[in-house]
Amino acid sequence: MNKQSAIDVSYFPGCSLASTATENNLSLINLFNRLGINLVELDDWSCCGSSSAHCINSELAFDLATRNISLAPPGRPLAIACPSCLLRLREAQHHMQNDEKARIRYEETWGRPFDPNLKIQHYFELLDKKNLLSFSKDQIQKLKGLKFVTYYGCMLARPPSLPRDTKYHGLMERILSSLGATSLPWAYTSQCCGTFLSVARPDIVTPLVNKIIRGAQDAGADFIITACAMCHMNLEVRPTVKPTVPTLHFTEIFSLALGTDDYKKWFSKHLVDPRPLLKAKCLIN
Amino acid sequence: METNQNSSLIAPVKTKDLDLNFAAEIKQKHGVDINRCFHCQTCAGGCPFHLATDYPPNSIIRLVQLGFRKEALESSTIWLCVGCHTCSIQCPMAIDMSAFMDALRQTAIKEGACVAEPDILNFHRDVLHTIKRHGRTHKLEIMLRYKARKWDWFSDILVGTKMFAKRKLHLKPSKVKAIEQIQKTFQPQPDGVVYE
Repeated sequence: MNKQSAIDVSYFPGCSLASTATENNLSLINLFNRLGINLVELDDWSCCGSSSAHCINSELAFDLATRNISLAPPGRPLAIACPSCLLRLREAQHHMQNDEKARIRYEETWGRPFDPNLKIQHYFELLDKKNLLSFSKDQIQKLKGLKFVTYYGCMLARPPSLPRDTKYHGLMERILSSLGATSLPWAYTSQCCGTFLSVARPDIVTPLVNKIIRGAQDAGADFIITACAMCHMNLEVRPTVKPTVPTLHFTEIFSLALGTDDYKKWFSKHLVDPRPLLKAKCLIN
Repeated sequence: METNQNSSLIAPVKTKDLDLNFAAEIKQKHGVDINRCFHCQTCAGGCPFHLATDYPPNSIIRLVQLGFRKEALESSTIWLCVGCHTCSIQCPMAIDMSAFMDALRQTAIKEGACVAEPDILNFHRDVLHTIKRHGRTHKLEIMLRYKARKWDWFSDILVGTKMFAKRKLHLKPSKVKAIEQIQKTFQPQPDGVVYE
């Protein structure tokens, strides 16, 4: 890690990473430090409106999302960790880019000029542009013997309003395979996890996640690697299949492969303990 | 499939009972043009929730096209749709199903239609309640409010306790300093919709 050349990128963690998925947040910050990117949290960021605001009122959803856009300093991209927050902010930005009324509402509400050039990206996009192998020369076989399936959930699906947004098919597979792990094909990589229905209708979510877990078992995976903190939680909390398959955040396993030893606070947070298997694979002590 | 659910589809339909402008209204107010749909049913085939909903997504489109306003607004589909966009990426006409469902949910709330999934709407209101109070969602408070309303203290007690022990549920909310800015966004809209 070279502190001198670290690039600053604005960072919006979102409510999940700040509460139920702190291990995702810690490992993400750790990972980016290693890659020479300094994530600068947006000052006093607020909820993007989540899945609830847009169900009830579009204007409220727009305002809650755009407050965070207004906090982003100019001249550097805004990286977002949660695929759902990303969509809320990108849709609001797209709306402003195409509708003058929305721009006026934004400027009147937040008192700041709209910056049409602000890049709002998932952190995957920053990884995509890096020459990752240059960071993993020594650890290239660190994950040897580890079999995994990737789970992107709905983050690969974009609304028709954002057809040109980057898709991330294969990104996790490519990176982890380059570090020695074996990616297994399976059917459920982009199956929805049920998201917030987990609270009000667990009877719908449990069969969904059971199918996903069984799929991973049939594929022969040691771990399910997740891209989204919400999916991660549903896959840990709602399945009734015993034994289940442990899930790891992509940032955790990637950071581990690059040689971090700062993982104590990550894996102890998991509801399905991945440590016995990680120890068996000699990835942690 | 639908006919079991709704007697009005079996009984003779009188055109005077239909709201023939419903699709045009949705387009005008919410910018979603569902008349592009030619009912290939790709969305229905791909929907992860098709077993739980009363109508598949394209049937909701059909109800709106034909003017079955009440049936569409009182369906469980509009509340069970989580906006995963699985249908939209497969739709040959690029119909934004998620935006369409938002339009129907918002219309249902505004008109006081009978909500088929009141627990889900209550959950959304609980989420917004914590955002209004703290600027960020507070999961413990959301769960407690939600469970208290239902007098359901036991169904998730095990997982809740586990999450609490692992400090995944925080006792104290993470708060936004400029909370007045958040509260400003919750000001009643001209349409008088109550958020929480």
